[in-house]
Amino acid sequence: MTAAPRTAAPAAVRTTPAGTAAPGRADRPRSGRRVLRLVSPVALLATWEAAARTGLLPPEKLPAPSAVLRTGWRLAGDGTLAVHLLDSLQRAAIGLAVGGGLALLLGALAGLLRTGDDLVDPPVQMARMLPHLGLVPLLIIWVGIGEELKVTLVALGSFFPIYFNTYAGIRDIDERLVEAARTCGLGHLARLRHVVLPGALPSLFLGLRLAIGAAWLSLVVGEQVNAQTGIGFLMMEAREFAQTDVVLLGLLVYALLGLLSDLLLRIAERRTLSWRRGLKAT
Amino acid sequence: MATRTEGDLNTVLTAGGVRRSFGATVVLDGVDLTIAPGEVVALLGGSGSGKSTLLRILAGLDPDAGGTVRRPPHQAVVFQEHRLLPWKRVIDNVALGLTGPDVRSRARAALAEVGLPDRDTAWPAELSGGQAQRVAVARALVREPELLLLDEPFGALDALTRLRMQQLFIRLREQHGFAALLVTHDVDEALLLADRTLVLEGGRLVEDAPVPLTHPRTPDDPGFGALRRHLLERLGVTA
Repeated sequence: MTAAPRTAAPAAVRTTPAGTAAPGRADRPRSGRRVLRLVSPVALLATWEAAARTGLLPPEKLPAPSAVLRTGWRLAGDGTLAVHLLDSLQRAAIGLAVGGGLALLLGALAGLLRTGDDLVDPPVQMARMLPHLGLVPLLIIWVGIGEELKVTLVALGSFFPIYFNTYAGIRDIDERLVEAARTCGLGHLARLRHVVLPGALPSLFLGLRLAIGAAWLSLVVGEQVNAQTGIGFLMMEAREFAQTDVVLLGLLVYALLGLLSDLLLRIAERRTLSWRRGLKAT
Repeated sequence: MATRTEGDLNTVLTAGGVRRSFGATVVLDGVDLTIAPGEVVALLGGSGSGKSTLLRILAGLDPDAGGTVRRPPHQAVVFQEHRLLPWKRVIDNVALGLTGPDVRSRARAALAEVGLPDRDTAWPAELSGGQAQRVAVARALVREPELLLLDEPFGALDALTRLRMQQLFIRLREQHGFAALLVTHDVDEALLLADRTLVLEGGRLVEDAPVPLTHPRTPDDPGFGALRRHLLERLGVTA
Protein backbone atom coordinates (compact mmCIF):
# COMPACT_ATOMS: atom_id res chain seq x y z
CA MET A 1 0.00 0.00 0.00
CA THR A 2 1.05 3.53 -0.61
CA ALA A 3 2.53 5.07 2.49
CA ALA A 4 1.13 8.41 3.56
CA PRO A 5 3.43 11.01 1.99
CA ARG A 6 5.84 12.54 4.46
CA THR A 7 6.85 15.83 2.98
CA ALA A 8 9.64 16.85 5.32
CA ALA A 9 13.04 15.27 4.70
CA PRO A 10 13.94 13.29 7.81
CA ALA A 11 17.28 14.98 8.18
CA ALA A 12 15.79 18.44 8.03
CA VAL A 13 14.31 17.98 11.48
CA ARG A 14 17.59 18.68 13.20
CA THR A 15 18.76 21.64 11.15
CA THR A 16 19.15 23.79 14.22
CA PRO A 17 21.87 22.24 16.35
CA ALA A 18 21.26 22.09 20.04
CA GLY A 19 22.67 25.07 21.83
CA THR A 20 22.30 27.64 19.08
CA ALA A 21 19.55 30.19 19.09
CA ALA A 22 16.72 29.77 16.63
CA PRO A 23 17.35 32.03 13.62
CA GLY A 24 14.94 34.59 12.29
CA ARG A 25 14.02 36.33 15.54
CA ALA A 26 14.56 39.77 14.09
CA ASP A 27 12.23 41.64 16.41
CA ARG A 28 15.25 43.68 17.57
CA PRO A 29 18.22 44.79 15.43
CA ARG A 30 20.79 41.97 15.51
CA SER A 31 23.90 44.03 16.22
CA GLY A 32 22.19 45.92 19.04
CA ARG A 33 21.07 42.66 20.55
CA ARG A 34 24.58 41.27 20.33
CA VAL A 35 26.01 44.24 22.20
CA LEU A 36 23.33 43.87 24.85
CA ARG A 37 24.22 40.22 25.36
CA LEU A 38 27.83 41.21 25.99
CA VAL A 39 26.97 43.61 28.79
CA SER A 40 26.52 41.17 31.69
CA PRO A 41 29.59 38.96 30.99
CA VAL A 42 31.81 42.04 30.67
CA ALA A 43 30.33 43.52 33.84
CA LEU A 44 30.97 40.26 35.73
CA LEU A 45 34.59 40.16 34.56
CA ALA A 46 35.11 43.81 35.48
CA THR A 47 33.63 43.27 38.94
CA TRP A 48 35.84 40.22 39.45
CA GLU A 49 38.94 42.16 38.34
CA ALA A 50 38.10 45.11 40.58
CA ALA A 51 37.33 42.91 43.59
CA ALA A 52 40.63 41.05 43.17
CA ARG A 53 42.65 44.25 42.79
CA THR A 54 41.17 45.95 45.83
CA GLY A 55 41.92 42.86 47.92
CA LEU A 56 38.25 42.01 48.43
CA LEU A 57 38.99 38.59 46.88
CA PRO A 58 42.10 37.01 48.41
CA PRO A 59 44.48 36.02 45.54
CA GLU A 60 44.90 32.46 46.87
CA LYS A 61 41.11 31.95 46.51
CA LEU A 62 40.46 33.77 43.25
CA PRO A 63 43.19 35.78 41.47
CA ALA A 64 42.23 38.53 39.01
CA PRO A 65 41.44 37.57 35.40
CA SER A 66 44.41 39.66 34.29
CA ALA A 67 46.68 37.63 36.60
CA VAL A 68 45.39 34.39 35.07
CA LEU A 69 46.09 35.71 31.58
CA ARG A 70 49.60 36.81 32.65
CA THR A 71 50.28 33.32 33.99
CA GLY A 72 49.00 31.88 30.73
CA TRP A 73 51.35 34.13 28.78
CA ARG A 74 54.31 33.10 30.96
CA LEU A 75 53.60 29.33 30.69
CA ALA A 76 52.99 29.61 26.96
CA GLY A 77 56.25 31.52 26.62
CA ASP A 78 58.46 28.94 28.36
CA GLY A 79 56.82 26.01 26.53
CA THR A 80 55.26 24.37 29.59
CA LEU A 81 51.72 24.90 28.36
CA ALA A 82 52.46 23.44 24.90
CA VAL A 83 53.91 20.21 26.37
CA HIS A 84 50.91 19.58 28.60
CA LEU A 85 48.44 20.66 25.93
CA LEU A 86 49.91 18.28 23.35
CA ASP A 87 49.74 15.37 25.79
CA SER A 88 46.11 16.13 26.59
CA LEU A 89 45.27 16.44 22.90
CA GLN A 90 46.98 13.14 22.15
CA ARG A 91 44.97 11.32 24.82
CA ALA A 92 41.76 12.85 23.53
CA ALA A 93 42.57 11.92 19.93
CA ILE A 94 43.50 8.31 20.68
CA GLY A 95 40.51 7.78 22.96
CA LEU A 96 38.16 9.38 20.47
CA ALA A 97 39.52 7.28 17.61
CA VAL A 98 39.19 4.02 19.56
CA GLY A 99 35.81 4.72 21.15
CA GLY A 100 34.38 6.48 18.11
CA GLY A 101 35.61 3.85 15.67
CA LEU A 102 34.13 1.04 17.72
CA ALA A 103 30.86 2.98 18.12
CA LEU A 104 30.65 3.60 14.38
CA LEU A 105 31.19 -0.07 13.64
CA LEU A 106 28.71 -1.40 16.22
CA GLY A 107 26.19 1.36 15.51
CA ALA A 108 26.26 0.57 11.80
CA LEU A 109 25.95 -3.15 12.55
CA ALA A 110 22.93 -2.60 14.78
CA GLY A 111 21.38 -0.03 12.45
CA LEU A 112 21.76 -1.97 9.24
CA LEU A 113 21.19 -5.60 10.23
CA ARG A 114 18.33 -7.04 12.22
CA THR A 115 20.63 -9.69 13.72
CA GLY A 116 23.14 -6.98 14.57
CA ASP A 117 20.39 -5.01 16.29
CA ASP A 118 19.33 -8.05 18.34
CA LEU A 119 22.87 -8.94 19.37
CA VAL A 120 24.51 -5.55 19.85
CA ASP A 121 21.83 -3.17 21.03
CA PRO A 122 20.69 -4.81 24.34
CA PRO A 123 24.13 -4.87 26.00
CA VAL A 124 24.88 -1.35 24.79
CA GLN A 125 21.57 -0.11 26.17
CA MET A 126 22.38 -1.72 29.52
CA ALA A 127 25.92 -0.34 29.63
CA ARG A 128 24.58 3.12 28.85
CA MET A 129 22.94 3.20 32.26
CA LEU A 130 26.34 3.10 33.96
CA PRO A 131 27.83 6.57 34.49
CA HIS A 132 31.18 5.97 32.83
CA LEU A 133 33.05 8.34 35.15
CA GLY A 134 31.85 6.19 38.04
CA LEU A 135 33.87 3.34 36.55
CA VAL A 136 37.18 4.95 37.52
CA PRO A 137 37.86 2.68 40.56
CA LEU A 138 37.11 -0.44 38.51
CA LEU A 139 39.18 0.81 35.59
CA ILE A 140 42.12 1.47 37.90
CA ILE A 141 41.95 -2.18 38.99
CA TRP A 142 41.72 -3.33 35.37
CA VAL A 143 44.16 -1.12 33.46
CA GLY A 144 46.12 0.59 36.23
CA ILE A 145 46.65 4.30 36.66
CA GLY A 146 48.78 4.95 33.56
CA GLU A 147 47.99 6.24 30.09
CA GLU A 148 45.54 3.37 29.49
CA LEU A 149 43.20 4.74 32.13
CA LYS A 150 42.94 8.16 30.50
CA VAL A 151 42.50 6.78 27.00
CA THR A 152 39.92 4.21 28.17
CA LEU A 153 37.90 6.88 29.91
CA VAL A 154 37.87 9.08 26.82
CA ALA A 155 36.97 6.10 24.63
CA LEU A 156 34.09 5.14 26.93
CA GLY A 157 32.84 8.71 27.04
CA SER A 158 32.84 9.15 23.29
CA PHE A 159 31.44 5.70 22.48
CA PHE A 160 27.81 6.21 23.49
CA PRO A 161 26.96 9.47 21.68
CA ILE A 162 28.45 8.16 18.44
CA TYR A 163 26.84 4.74 18.78
CA PHE A 164 23.34 6.11 19.39
CA ASN A 165 23.54 8.75 16.70
CA THR A 166 24.90 6.31 14.12
CA TYR A 167 22.08 3.91 14.95
CA ALA A 168 19.41 6.62 14.86
CA GLY A 169 20.85 8.21 11.73
CA ILE A 170 20.63 4.94 9.83
CA ARG A 171 17.17 4.11 11.17
CA ASP A 172 15.81 7.54 10.30
CA ILE A 173 16.65 7.24 6.61
CA ASP A 174 13.53 7.41 4.46
CA GLU A 175 12.86 3.85 3.29
CA ARG A 176 11.31 5.26 0.12
CA LEU A 177 14.63 6.77 -0.94
CA VAL A 178 16.32 3.40 -0.51
CA GLU A 179 13.60 1.87 -2.64
CA ALA A 180 14.03 4.50 -5.35
CA ALA A 181 17.75 3.77 -5.37
CA ARG A 182 16.97 0.10 -5.85
CA THR A 183 14.83 0.83 -8.88
CA CYS A 184 17.82 2.75 -10.27
CA GLY A 185 19.80 -0.46 -10.13
CA LEU A 186 21.95 0.29 -7.06
CA GLY A 187 23.22 -2.78 -5.23
CA HIS A 188 23.86 -3.10 -1.49
CA LEU A 189 27.23 -1.36 -1.46
CA ALA A 190 26.15 1.43 -3.79
CA ARG A 191 23.06 2.05 -1.66
CA LEU A 192 25.27 2.29 1.43
CA ARG A 193 27.47 4.84 -0.29
CA HIS A 194 24.87 6.97 -2.05
CA VAL A 195 21.88 6.74 0.30
CA VAL A 196 22.70 5.44 3.78
CA LEU A 197 25.97 7.25 4.45
CA PRO A 198 24.91 10.71 3.24
CA GLY A 199 21.51 10.25 4.86
CA ALA A 200 23.04 9.40 8.24
CA LEU A 201 25.74 12.09 8.04
CA PRO A 202 23.83 14.85 9.89
CA SER A 203 23.32 12.43 12.79
CA LEU A 204 26.95 11.34 12.67
CA PHE A 205 28.05 14.96 13.00
CA LEU A 206 25.75 15.47 15.94
CA GLY A 207 27.15 12.32 17.57
CA LEU A 208 30.71 13.47 16.99
CA ARG A 209 30.03 16.86 18.57
CA LEU A 210 28.52 15.27 21.64
CA ALA A 211 31.37 12.75 21.75
CA ILE A 212 34.02 15.46 21.71
CA GLY A 213 32.28 17.14 24.62
CA ALA A 214 32.23 13.85 26.50
CA ALA A 215 35.89 13.27 25.61
CA TRP A 216 37.03 16.53 27.21
CA LEU A 217 34.95 15.78 30.28
CA SER A 218 36.49 12.30 30.59
CA LEU A 219 39.93 13.78 30.15
CA VAL A 220 39.40 16.27 32.97
CA VAL A 221 38.60 13.41 35.34
CA GLY A 222 41.22 10.99 33.96
CA GLU A 223 44.08 13.45 34.13
CA GLN A 224 43.49 14.03 37.82
CA VAL A 225 44.49 10.42 38.54
CA ASN A 226 48.26 10.06 38.74
CA ALA A 227 49.14 11.95 35.57
CA GLN A 228 52.68 13.23 34.94
CA THR A 229 51.66 15.49 32.07
CA GLY A 230 48.54 17.08 30.67
CA ILE A 231 46.38 20.04 31.54
CA GLY A 232 44.74 18.10 34.38
CA PHE A 233 48.13 17.31 35.88
CA LEU A 234 49.10 20.97 35.58
CA MET A 235 46.02 21.89 37.62
CA MET A 236 46.54 19.20 40.29
CA GLU A 237 50.16 20.18 40.71
CA ALA A 238 49.24 23.86 40.97
CA ARG A 239 46.68 23.03 43.67
CA GLU A 240 49.40 21.45 45.81
CA PHE A 241 51.48 24.63 45.56
CA ALA A 242 48.39 26.84 45.97
CA GLN A 243 48.89 28.41 42.52
CA THR A 244 45.24 29.28 42.02
CA ASP A 245 46.04 31.24 38.86
CA VAL A 246 47.37 28.07 37.17
CA VAL A 247 44.27 26.12 38.25
CA LEU A 248 42.08 28.77 36.66
CA LEU A 249 44.29 28.78 33.57
CA GLY A 250 43.73 25.01 33.24
CA LEU A 251 39.99 25.52 33.37
CA LEU A 252 40.26 28.24 30.75
CA VAL A 253 42.28 25.96 28.46
CA TYR A 254 39.73 23.15 28.83
CA ALA A 255 36.93 25.59 27.96
CA LEU A 256 38.82 26.92 24.94
CA LEU A 257 39.54 23.38 23.73
CA GLY A 258 35.85 22.55 23.87
CA LEU A 259 34.89 25.77 22.14
CA LEU A 260 37.49 25.40 19.42
CA SER A 261 36.72 21.76 18.61
CA ASP A 262 33.02 22.53 18.42
CA LEU A 263 33.70 25.44 16.10
CA LEU A 264 35.89 23.38 13.77
CA LEU A 265 33.33 20.64 13.62
CA ARG A 266 30.57 23.08 12.80
CA ILE A 267 32.59 24.48 9.92
CA ALA A 268 33.21 20.95 8.62
CA GLU A 269 29.52 20.20 9.03
CA ARG A 270 28.46 23.29 7.11
CA ARG A 271 30.77 22.41 4.24
CA THR A 272 29.77 18.75 4.04
CA LEU A 273 26.06 19.29 4.44
CA SER A 274 25.77 22.18 2.02
CA TRP A 275 22.76 20.50 0.42
CA ARG A 276 20.73 21.42 3.47
CA ARG A 277 21.42 25.10 2.89
CA GLY A 278 19.64 24.66 -0.41
CA LEU A 279 16.44 24.93 1.59
CA LYS A 280 17.28 28.51 2.48
CA ALA A 281 19.13 29.49 -0.68
CA THR A 282 16.09 30.23 -2.84
CA MET B 1 8.41 -15.73 -6.56
CA ALA B 2 9.93 -16.51 -9.94
CA THR B 3 11.53 -13.64 -11.79
CA ARG B 4 12.97 -13.58 -15.26
CA THR B 5 14.23 -10.72 -17.33
CA GLU B 6 14.75 -12.00 -20.89
CA GLY B 7 12.91 -10.13 -23.62
CA ASP B 8 9.99 -11.32 -25.70
CA LEU B 9 8.83 -10.05 -29.07
CA ASN B 10 5.16 -9.76 -28.20
CA THR B 11 5.14 -8.70 -24.59
CA VAL B 12 7.39 -6.43 -22.60
CA LEU B 13 5.95 -7.60 -19.28
CA THR B 14 4.16 -10.81 -18.36
CA ALA B 15 2.81 -11.43 -14.87
CA GLY B 16 0.92 -14.56 -13.90
CA GLY B 17 -0.99 -15.49 -10.76
CA VAL B 18 0.35 -12.59 -8.70
CA ARG B 19 -0.74 -12.92 -5.09
CA ARG B 20 -0.03 -10.82 -2.04
CA SER B 21 -1.52 -10.85 1.43
CA PHE B 22 -0.72 -8.86 4.52
CA GLY B 23 -1.53 -11.12 7.45
CA ALA B 24 -5.04 -12.41 6.90
CA THR B 25 -5.91 -9.68 4.38
CA VAL B 26 -5.59 -10.84 0.78
CA VAL B 27 -4.78 -7.78 -1.31
CA LEU B 28 -3.99 -9.43 -4.65
CA ASP B 29 -5.70 -12.73 -5.41
CA GLY B 30 -4.20 -14.00 -8.64
CA VAL B 31 -3.56 -11.18 -11.11
CA ASP B 32 -2.58 -12.00 -14.70
CA LEU B 33 -1.25 -9.17 -16.81
CA THR B 34 0.65 -8.67 -20.05
CA ILE B 35 1.85 -5.43 -21.59
CA ALA B 36 2.88 -5.19 -25.25
CA PRO B 37 5.90 -3.15 -26.36
CA GLY B 38 5.00 0.52 -26.60
CA GLU B 39 1.60 0.03 -25.00
CA VAL B 40 0.34 2.42 -22.31
CA VAL B 41 -1.87 0.65 -19.79
CA ALA B 42 -3.74 2.51 -17.08
CA LEU B 43 -4.44 0.63 -13.85
CA LEU B 44 -7.45 2.02 -12.04
CA GLY B 45 -8.95 1.04 -8.73
CA GLY B 46 -10.42 2.50 -5.61
CA SER B 47 -8.33 3.53 -2.66
CA GLY B 48 -6.85 0.43 -1.02
CA SER B 49 -7.61 -1.80 -4.01
CA GLY B 50 -3.99 -2.91 -4.30
CA LYS B 51 -2.91 -0.84 -7.33
CA SER B 52 0.29 0.35 -5.75
CA THR B 53 0.99 -3.09 -4.27
CA LEU B 54 0.77 -4.58 -7.77
CA LEU B 55 3.07 -1.92 -9.18
CA ARG B 56 5.63 -2.53 -6.43
CA ILE B 57 5.56 -6.24 -7.20
CA LEU B 58 6.03 -5.59 -10.93
CA ALA B 59 8.90 -3.24 -10.07
CA GLY B 60 10.58 -6.03 -8.10
CA LEU B 61 10.31 -4.21 -4.78
CA ASP B 62 8.25 -6.85 -2.96
CA PRO B 63 10.08 -10.12 -2.34
CA ASP B 64 7.17 -11.62 -0.38
CA ALA B 65 4.70 -11.73 -3.27
CA GLY B 66 3.60 -14.93 -5.00
CA GLY B 67 3.31 -15.61 -8.73
CA THR B 68 5.61 -15.06 -11.69
CA VAL B 69 6.76 -11.82 -13.27
CA ARG B 70 8.83 -11.56 -16.42
CA ARG B 71 10.36 -8.15 -16.77
CA PRO B 72 12.14 -6.38 -19.63
CA PRO B 73 15.90 -5.85 -19.32
CA HIS B 74 15.41 -2.14 -18.65
CA GLN B 75 12.56 -0.76 -16.67
CA ALA B 76 12.20 2.34 -14.55
CA VAL B 77 9.82 3.59 -11.90
CA VAL B 78 8.33 7.02 -11.22
CA PHE B 79 6.68 7.29 -7.82
CA GLN B 80 4.00 9.65 -6.57
CA GLU B 81 6.64 11.56 -4.61
CA HIS B 82 9.74 12.52 -6.56
CA ARG B 83 12.04 10.53 -4.23
CA LEU B 84 15.12 12.46 -5.28
CA LEU B 85 18.11 12.12 -2.95
CA PRO B 86 18.26 15.53 -1.21
CA TRP B 87 22.06 15.36 -0.85
CA LYS B 88 22.72 15.00 -4.57
CA ARG B 89 22.46 17.73 -7.14
CA VAL B 90 19.81 17.31 -9.83
CA ILE B 91 22.26 16.00 -12.43
CA ASP B 92 23.67 13.41 -10.01
CA ASN B 93 20.17 12.27 -9.12
CA VAL B 94 19.40 11.70 -12.78
CA ALA B 95 22.69 9.88 -13.30
CA LEU B 96 22.27 7.71 -10.17
CA GLY B 97 23.35 4.15 -10.86
CA LEU B 98 24.19 4.78 -14.53
CA THR B 99 27.35 3.29 -15.94
CA GLY B 100 29.22 4.06 -19.12
CA PRO B 101 31.50 6.71 -20.55
CA ASP B 102 29.06 9.56 -21.22
CA VAL B 103 26.88 9.39 -18.11
CA ARG B 104 26.77 13.11 -17.50
CA SER B 105 25.94 14.07 -21.06
CA ARG B 106 23.17 11.46 -21.13
CA ALA B 107 21.79 12.83 -17.87
CA ARG B 108 21.99 16.35 -19.23
CA ALA B 109 20.13 15.31 -22.38
CA ALA B 110 17.38 13.71 -20.28
CA LEU B 111 17.04 16.92 -18.25
CA ALA B 112 16.72 18.92 -21.44
CA GLU B 113 13.99 16.57 -22.62
CA VAL B 114 11.85 17.25 -19.56
CA GLY B 115 12.38 20.99 -20.01
CA LEU B 116 14.95 21.59 -17.25
CA PRO B 117 18.25 21.99 -19.13
CA ASP B 118 19.60 24.67 -16.79
CA ARG B 119 18.72 23.20 -13.38
CA ASP B 120 21.41 20.52 -13.44
CA THR B 121 23.40 21.95 -10.52
CA ALA B 122 20.37 22.77 -8.33
CA TRP B 123 19.64 20.88 -5.11
CA PRO B 124 16.32 19.00 -5.07
CA ALA B 125 15.13 21.22 -2.21
CA GLU B 126 15.36 24.23 -4.53
CA LEU B 127 12.87 22.81 -7.03
CA SER B 128 9.12 23.24 -7.15
CA GLY B 129 6.95 20.13 -6.91
CA GLY B 130 6.43 20.03 -10.67
CA GLN B 131 10.13 20.52 -11.41
CA ALA B 132 11.12 17.78 -8.97
CA GLN B 133 8.69 15.39 -10.61
CA ARG B 134 10.14 16.29 -14.02
CA VAL B 135 13.59 15.39 -12.68
CA ALA B 136 12.15 12.07 -11.47
CA VAL B 137 10.84 11.47 -15.00
CA ALA B 138 14.27 12.34 -16.41
CA ARG B 139 15.88 9.90 -13.96
CA ALA B 140 13.59 7.17 -15.32
CA LEU B 141 13.95 8.19 -18.96
CA VAL B 142 17.76 8.25 -18.98
CA ARG B 143 17.72 4.48 -18.38
CA GLU B 144 16.08 4.04 -21.82
CA PRO B 145 13.45 1.72 -20.39
CA GLU B 146 11.29 -0.62 -22.45
CA LEU B 147 8.75 -0.27 -19.66
CA LEU B 148 7.99 2.65 -17.40
CA LEU B 149 6.09 1.97 -14.18
CA LEU B 150 4.32 5.07 -12.87
CA ASP B 151 2.61 5.11 -9.47
CA GLU B 152 0.19 8.06 -9.50
CA PRO B 153 3.06 10.18 -10.82
CA PHE B 154 1.05 13.39 -11.17
CA GLY B 155 -1.30 12.86 -8.25
CA ALA B 156 0.47 15.22 -5.86
CA LEU B 157 0.69 18.11 -8.34
CA ASP B 158 -1.66 21.04 -8.77
CA ALA B 159 -4.20 20.87 -11.60
CA LEU B 160 -2.28 23.06 -14.08
CA THR B 161 1.04 21.33 -13.48
CA ARG B 162 -0.68 17.98 -13.84
CA LEU B 163 -2.01 18.94 -17.30
CA ARG B 164 1.49 20.02 -18.38
CA MET B 165 2.99 16.78 -17.09
CA GLN B 166 0.40 14.78 -19.00
CA GLN B 167 1.36 16.64 -22.19
CA LEU B 168 5.01 15.96 -21.42
CA PHE B 169 4.27 12.28 -20.95
CA ILE B 170 2.49 12.07 -24.34
CA ARG B 171 5.40 13.81 -26.06
CA LEU B 172 8.07 11.61 -24.45
CA ARG B 173 6.07 8.48 -25.21
CA GLU B 174 5.87 9.47 -28.91
CA GLN B 175 9.61 10.10 -29.04
CA HIS B 176 10.79 7.05 -27.13
CA GLY B 177 8.03 4.50 -27.70
CA PHE B 178 8.32 2.96 -24.24
CA ALA B 179 5.53 0.88 -22.80
CA ALA B 180 4.02 2.15 -19.57
CA LEU B 181 1.89 0.97 -16.70
CA LEU B 182 0.20 4.00 -15.19
CA VAL B 183 -1.38 3.54 -11.78
CA THR B 184 -3.95 6.29 -11.28
CA HIS B 185 -7.24 7.06 -9.61
CA ASP B 186 -7.99 9.77 -12.16
CA VAL B 187 -10.35 8.42 -14.82
CA ASP B 188 -9.76 11.42 -17.10
CA GLU B 189 -6.00 10.92 -16.93
CA ALA B 190 -6.40 7.24 -17.79
CA LEU B 191 -8.56 8.04 -20.81
CA LEU B 192 -6.23 10.80 -22.01
CA LEU B 193 -3.02 8.78 -21.82
CA ALA B 194 -3.74 5.06 -22.02
CA ASP B 195 -4.29 2.60 -24.86
CA ARG B 196 -5.96 0.20 -22.47
CA THR B 197 -7.55 0.47 -19.04
CA LEU B 198 -7.55 -2.12 -16.27
CA VAL B 199 -9.72 -1.99 -13.18
CA LEU B 200 -8.55 -3.72 -10.01
CA GLU B 201 -11.18 -4.73 -7.50
CA GLY B 202 -11.22 -7.28 -4.72
CA GLY B 203 -7.69 -8.39 -5.57
CA ARG B 204 -8.51 -9.24 -9.20
CA LEU B 205 -8.57 -7.44 -12.52
CA VAL B 206 -12.28 -7.11 -13.21
CA GLU B 207 -12.03 -5.09 -16.40
CA ASP B 208 -9.58 -4.97 -19.28
CA ALA B 209 -10.76 -2.72 -22.10
CA PRO B 210 -9.06 -0.79 -24.92
CA VAL B 211 -9.58 2.96 -25.20
CA PRO B 212 -11.03 3.45 -28.70
CA LEU B 213 -10.11 7.12 -29.05
CA THR B 214 -7.73 8.68 -31.57
CA HIS B 215 -4.83 10.94 -30.57
CA PRO B 216 -4.66 13.78 -29.74
CA ARG B 217 -7.37 13.36 -27.16
CA THR B 218 -9.30 15.94 -25.17
CA PRO B 219 -12.03 15.41 -22.56
CA ASP B 220 -14.63 16.94 -24.95
CA ASP B 221 -14.03 14.34 -27.68
CA PRO B 222 -17.16 12.43 -28.69
CA GLY B 223 -17.19 9.13 -26.90
CA PHE B 224 -14.98 10.37 -24.03
CA GLY B 225 -17.96 11.04 -21.77
CA ALA B 226 -19.46 7.60 -22.28
CA LEU B 227 -16.15 5.86 -21.54
CA ARG B 228 -15.70 8.06 -18.49
CA ARG B 229 -19.17 7.23 -17.15
CA HIS B 230 -18.59 3.54 -17.74
CA LEU B 231 -15.25 3.51 -15.90
CA LEU B 232 -16.62 5.54 -13.01
CA GLU B 233 -19.50 3.10 -12.72
CA ARG B 234 -16.99 0.25 -12.68
CA LEU B 235 -15.21 2.02 -9.82
CA GLY B 236 -18.45 2.30 -7.88
CA VAL B 237 -19.16 5.98 -8.54
CA THR B 238 -22.61 6.60 -10.03
CA ALA B 239 -23.71 10.00 -11.21
